[in-house]
Amino acid sequence: MIRISNGIVVDPATDRDGEFDVLIEDGKILDVVPRGLGADGDFERVIDASGCWIIPGLIDLHVHLREPGQEWKETVETGALAALKGGFTSICCMPNTEPAIDSEEVVRYILDKAAQANYSRVLPIGAVTKARVGKEMAPLSELREAGCVAFSDDGDPVYNAGIMRRALEWAKMLDAPISCHEEDKDISCGGCMNESALSTRLGLTGMPKVAEDVMVARDIELARDTGAKVHFCHVSTARSVELIRRAKNDGIPVTAEVTPHHLVLTEDAVRAYDTYAKMSPPLREEEERELLVEGVKDGTLDAIASDHAPHEDDVKKIEFAEAAMGILGLQTSLPLMVSFIEDQVLTRKRAISSLAEAPARAFGLPYGTLRKNAPADIVIVDPQKEWQFEREDVVSKSFNSPFYGRTMKGKVRDVFVQGVLRLENEEVVLGGQCK
Amino acid sequence: MNVDSVRFQHLLGIEGLSREDLIFLLENSQQFVEVSQRDLKKVPALRGKTIINLFLEPSTRTRASFEIAGKRLSADTINISGSGTSVSKGETLLDTARTLQAMNPDILVVRHRSSGAAHFLSQELTRTAVVNAGDGMHEHPTQALLDCLTLCQHFELAPSELKGKNITIVGDIRHSRVARSNIWAHQLLGNKVTLVGPATLVPHEFADEEAFGGGVRICHTLREGVEGADVVMVLRIQLERQSDNFIPTLEEYTRQYCVTPQVLEGAAPGCVVLHPGPANRGIEISSTLYEGTQSLVEKQVTNGVAVRMATLFLLGSRGRKENV
Ligand SMILES: [Zn+2]
Repeated sequence: MIRISNGIVVDPATDRDGEFDVLIEDGKILDVVPRGLGADGDFERVIDASGCWIIPGLIDLHVHLREPGQEWKETVETGALAALKGGFTSICCMPNTEPAIDSEEVVRYILDKAAQANYSRVLPIGAVTKARVGKEMAPLSELREAGCVAFSDDGDPVYNAGIMRRALEWAKMLDAPISCHEEDKDISCGGCMNESALSTRLGLTGMPKVAEDVMVARDIELARDTGAKVHFCHVSTARSVELIRRAKNDGIPVTAEVTPHHLVLTEDAVRAYDTYAKMSPPLREEEERELLVEGVKDGTLDAIASDHAPHEDDVKKIEFAEAAMGILGLQTSLPLMVSFIEDQVLTRKRAISSLAEAPARAFGLPYGTLRKNAPADIVIVDPQKEWQFEREDVVSKSFNSPFYGRTMKGKVRDVFVQGVLRLENEEVVLGGQCK
Repeated sequence: MNVDSVRFQHLLGIEGLSREDLIFLLENSQQFVEVSQRDLKKVPALRGKTIINLFLEPSTRTRASFEIAGKRLSADTINISGSGTSVSKGETLLDTARTLQAMNPDILVVRHRSSGAAHFLSQELTRTAVVNAGDGMHEHPTQALLDCLTLCQHFELAPSELKGKNITIVGDIRHSRVARSNIWAHQLLGNKVTLVGPATLVPHEFADEEAFGGGVRICHTLREGVEGADVVMVLRIQLERQSDNFIPTLEEYTRQYCVTPQVLEGAAPGCVVLHPGPANRGIEISSTLYEGTQSLVEKQVTNGVAVRMATLFLLGSRGRKENV
């Protein structure tokens, strides 16, 4: 039995926020007890979490691991390591690999790699359509049985509304959501940043907000029609937030995520043609950003997901219009949200929920809580620790982050995955076994 | 002329220049017009300096203009051209930049199809002055300079006096770096800019504060847009706007936006016409107008050389003191 003592437990799922100790046994949460209660018992190990928060292991619903097929950008191993360092004990990896995650073999391949790496838990997301090309449904039951937790053609929307409707009917039977990258590419075509006064000034083709909104509207109606769960990826516009808010009020089974970068940055980040701030959907205007934050506050946007998208400099350090879309996120998401808590933008409860309990609920996962008997995924984070994020901190294979030089608040100190201490004092525990 | 008062290190755009910088550039250009009228047009101003003209997008006029300008200043000029598609060349712009850096040029003139390419190179090439000869849809500052210079000459005004004029720009504003540079220039000089064209090619964002300071007027009707105009600048319409569905057909465009002498009846007396060339006669501008007395297009070409000489001279002389 392991005891984590002297910390502040923040577990939104059980509505705990205060001085509690956490007891771990057999990979599970044995109990959460008032600080010091029964401290004289027989413990294999006692971890002192003084000055720290003890929170559930975080869950990232949207990560690109690039393996198989683009291992020079990231691998399951390096991605899972970045996750561990960032406090994510479970990451859901998108199927836009080569080949796509559209067969049991690819799922197995990724799960094997994850088991070998032995860092954070990797939960594959299966493709909605074969090879993600939108023509025919992928073998959804096979993928689900192999371990996929959701379906998505992320990178692209499922254009054909007829296929989308059938896929939703299947996904509903399999009790898994379809996670949607909402972008009408006929509207956003050729775009490389938000369509705005700034894009007009910079002479860059814009991606209009309505490209996202029309697809969100469509899939809300398909969710209503089928009763299947639709999850909206990386929501970036105020109008989409409003559509989702109304859909939820109408009782339609939709959930949504937003990225930390859309919550803290605006399109201003690309003013000097900085390709490290280029992604899809693009960063928007300040008004949009503020309404995204409101969406997180009232729960319209359930989860915060990183959309961790590694790209090498050969496709990033080039002309803006041609540079690849996407940025790293696993190591910066929690610190950015700790700053939100410190700055009182979000309550501690809501912020931690959006990274743990809410994503677990969106995808029906048994993680994201310190409830008794839950898998012991635990993060000890020092919320007071200030540090500057630099290129040297990155453990991913790629370096595309717009956050270099930024002062971060909050650092992940220790991480338990399924009761095993994998990160201790910011260092990986070799062998993955604690003493 | 006092080159030490030049406060910019590169000429990446008109945006970012102060009114004083712009006027200074135009005044200097005027002096080079005089040089161009001499029998012996060559001056030793940049002897021993190296200028690379990197044209990664097809261009004859601008490239020739920069080349002549460099030669008349006695600089060593090297031309590099290519398609600019990094994929086909197998070399990225960053590679190109590093190769060029190794040649240690004093000035790099760059034309590229991607907006921001000149900015990119100016960040990579730390010892070289970069002149933007057109980057994607972003800016084409020397074009705006030559347009302004042409207007100064025509109205017989010093650059600082070229203000209070109504400037109407007609055409595909969305995709035009010429329009953007001219908008900045006329805002700095104190002229009123009206943009005319279909909503698909003149998006409302151009009038936003965040775009060009908010002083720009947008008009979708040609006659209304040229009313009271002292200057009408006609832009080239590209055929591919039809296939991209920005316009139904070229005929549709012509029907609404072709600038003709009749259309200009409502303009200010003495209204003149500019066109950056090459023109699609009978499509965006009528031949009669293009060749008529109101047209300043030939002057524009002549002034192009003077403006580029001034730009190269000012940037090329800038670091001279430290170098000696
Ligand atoms: Zn996506």
